[in-house]
Amino acid sequence: MIYNSHARGTLNSAMKGSAMASIHDQIQNVINENAVVLFMKGTPQAPQCGFSGQVVQILNHLGVPFKGVNVLADGELREGIKSFSNWPTIPQLYVKGEFVGGCDIVREMFQSGELTDQLGKAGVPAAQPARG
Amino acid sequence: MAMESAEIERLIKSALPDAKVEIQDLAGDGDHYAATVVSEVFRGKSRVQQHQLVYSALKGQMGGALHALALTTLPPE
Repeated sequence: MIYNSHARGTLNSAMKGSAMASIHDQIQNVINENAVVLFMKGTPQAPQCGFSGQVVQILNHLGVPFKGVNVLADGELREGIKSFSNWPTIPQLYVKGEFVGGCDIVREMFQSGELTDQLGKAGVPAAQPARG
Repeated sequence: MAMESAEIERLIKSALPDAKVEIQDLAGDGDHYAATVVSEVFRGKSRVQQHQLVYSALKGQMGGALHALALTTLPPE
């Protein structure tokens, strides 16, 4: 299931509907074409926000290949991803087209082992994290 | 721009009247909070859906006036 609630999204009034639709199409394409996508501030090599950096660290720790999308590079994308997911903050993690959550949820799921399980179910190879 | 913790609690409770809300001002700057919200409404919902309910209670302040709110949501035991 994809949280793709265009109707309830926080549409920025400054944006025309067509521009928002096209940015939503672009987002849909990226999450269709990549098993694991992290919409983040900065790049995986150089995160520009502590919350984005934490999720990068978790994915790296699990050895998960992922596509990082820098929302700071594109103002329309930065607003578009919020309405696409009906989620007000960055980072946002998608696995197999499904919105998993932001930093808090990803960290919680990592600590409980659920993130590894979900990645495994999605067919994404992840190294088993050390638990303790 | 900052937001009082009492205002955060009021907004959450106005949308989720049964909620027990605990808020910590993490940095003492009125800008970085951690909130634990316990409500029956969360039962059977995914974490994403639970957090979306809280964000929607905050009426668009999250990501705006409210810069950082670390959320923990759960149904009552």
